[in-house]
Amino acid sequence: MTLALIITALVTVLAAATVMSLRNLVHCALAMAVAFSGVAALYLQLNAEFVGFAEILVYVGAIAILIVFAILLTRSGETPEKSVLTSGWLAGVAVSAMVFTLLGWAVLTSSALPKEIATAPAAPVKNIGDALMGKFVLPLEIVGLVLTAAMIGAVIIALKEDKKDNPGGQP
Amino acid sequence: MFDQLDQIFVTALHWLVSFVPEMLRPLVTPLICISFILAVFPAYFSIITIFERKGIGRIQNRYGPNRVGMPWPLNKIFNWSLAGFGQFIPDGLKMLTKEDIVPRAADKIVHFLAPVVMLIPVLLSYSVLPFGKNMTLADYDAGLLFFFAVGGAVEISVFMAGWSSRNKYSLLGAMRAIAQMVSYEIPLILSAVSVVMIVGSLKLTDIIAHQNHYTFGIAHWHVFTPWGFIGFVLFFIASLAESNRTPFDLPEAESEIIAGYFTEYSGFKFALFFLGEYLGMFAISGLGITLFLGGWTAPFSFLTWIPSWIWFFGKLTAIIFVFIWIRATLPRLRMDQLMNFAWKFMLPLALINMLVAGIWHYMAADWQRWLVCGALIAGAYVLLGRGLMQNQKLGKRIYRYAE
Amino acid sequence: MTPLQVCLLVSAFLFAIGFAGAVTRRHAILVLIGIELMLNAANLNFIAFWRYGAHPEALTGIIFVLFSMALAGAEAAVGLALVIAIYRHKETSNLDEVKELKG
Repeated sequence: MTLALIITALVTVLAAATVMSLRNLVHCALAMAVAFSGVAALYLQLNAEFVGFAEILVYVGAIAILIVFAILLTRSGETPEKSVLTSGWLAGVAVSAMVFTLLGWAVLTSSALPKEIATAPAAPVKNIGDALMGKFVLPLEIVGLVLTAAMIGAVIIALKEDKKDNPGGQP
Repeated sequence: MFDQLDQIFVTALHWLVSFVPEMLRPLVTPLICISFILAVFPAYFSIITIFERKGIGRIQNRYGPNRVGMPWPLNKIFNWSLAGFGQFIPDGLKMLTKEDIVPRAADKIVHFLAPVVMLIPVLLSYSVLPFGKNMTLADYDAGLLFFFAVGGAVEISVFMAGWSSRNKYSLLGAMRAIAQMVSYEIPLILSAVSVVMIVGSLKLTDIIAHQNHYTFGIAHWHVFTPWGFIGFVLFFIASLAESNRTPFDLPEAESEIIAGYFTEYSGFKFALFFLGEYLGMFAISGLGITLFLGGWTAPFSFLTWIPSWIWFFGKLTAIIFVFIWIRATLPRLRMDQLMNFAWKFMLPLALINMLVAGIWHYMAADWQRWLVCGALIAGAYVLLGRGLMQNQKLGKRIYRYAE
Repeated sequence: MTPLQVCLLVSAFLFAIGFAGAVTRRHAILVLIGIELMLNAANLNFIAFWRYGAHPEALTGIIFVLFSMALAGAEAAVGLALVIAIYRHKETSNLDEVKELKG
């Protein structure tokens, strides 16, 4: 229960709370990058170095930039004047509060959690590589295929239509 | 004697830390190493700015800055001519004392934080570089991944700077800069992956240890192999693009977009961006040296008596000189030419380089593997180059000189 | 409170916040941001149990999280392409207004 763990957890939680409550979308995206960095710091404290660095590379370095580009391409950079909440927002907040209460109660009072703190496991990168290429090679190849399909699909979906392909204007 | 000189910083660190009680040592050791990095690299940056201005000046057939002498009141006593090498002092003072103008419509907090968010990942990336033997601040198992991860975090600061200025030119420059950085990150990482494939580890000290043998007196640097040579060239070009240096400096070119994403920054914040850009250049050159040029090892076995940190900084200065040389010589690439180059030439060549590295690893160690790998790479380079040229005919080169 | 419980509580909070944001906010991109937060919460859960649970040498938690991150990236790309395509067609990214199938 080190101080570092508590501080990192607080920063992550505060950043996540800020993400969902700010009005300006770009501020939300930047707070999200802070939340992801907080989660990466938590991974580093849990001795999962490779996952922590991969989290910064993938989430902060790629997904946050992607979201920021999408915000700019849909011209949502300015602070909206109207309300930013949907009509049924109260029910949503109530349900999420119930979810958190249930999960929190389960975590704090469950007897299935391991009681003693285990020694730090070693996760050298060589073992991760061996596992990925040995036992988990089929999911690795499938994830490669999924990423290729997602990339091609995203490009096709977001492609601008030529006017001469579609003279009537109907999609 | 030279071994002691080699490890002089390590012994100095141990001596300093020995004054501190046992409990505080894990805290004080990194702090001393961090202060060393923070002291050395900005000083190196100021020296390099002078060399850049004088070097570019000389290549362009003019003197660089040559007026600055000793500061007052020393010039009353020592009336020496410094030939412009003290230029960094007035430049630094100017940047520190200039008025800090923030546009009225700018987003104050994001505008303030953008230079800070740029400097932090750049300084973090120095922590995994081996400056000499046993001189790495944080020797992670996944050190190379850490470097690329924090390199990717710089793009967020570019966006913050461009968007918070509420200036169309800033935003456009920021979008171009991010597109360029993201596009060139892929050949950068793929050329490093071919090194990781051969060495079998992401740890930077392991990569240097793999290059630390000598046959016939020449070191086994990765750049002396076919895949390593092309890998180094790809890495070098991609690092030019990552640091927004000419010929890839469209996002910050004065004739194109005023100053791109840092148009609205003045005074100390601009100094921080400038510092961050150059420190990023040094860090990525340092990584290129570690991966391909043997890190702190000597090229010839009869030169190993020179301390390792002198080799590292010597190689770093040589690479920075090539950066400066390229800046003074080559014209700028247009945005679409830049993107075509990254996606249609460098990315396929980086993938083929990975294939060739694999073939190198599995063939027996004699002259045939040099022939096969060299032929594959040369063939790929020629075919991709022809493909990109798209049947444009180039005429004979015409030289024109200034009268 | 053991460190495992702290990490699990953080993960539960992230999940609840992500869910609340995805359900209450009007803008389509904020829904996607909420989904990314929920994915991060699940990944944190996996790593916390990998660290403090049984058989950490099997690296199952780490491998699962690596695949989850890769798929989250793919899903974010496709989701954001969809948001851009809808914006291009309907000139709005307000989820309350994109509620008819008629073009």
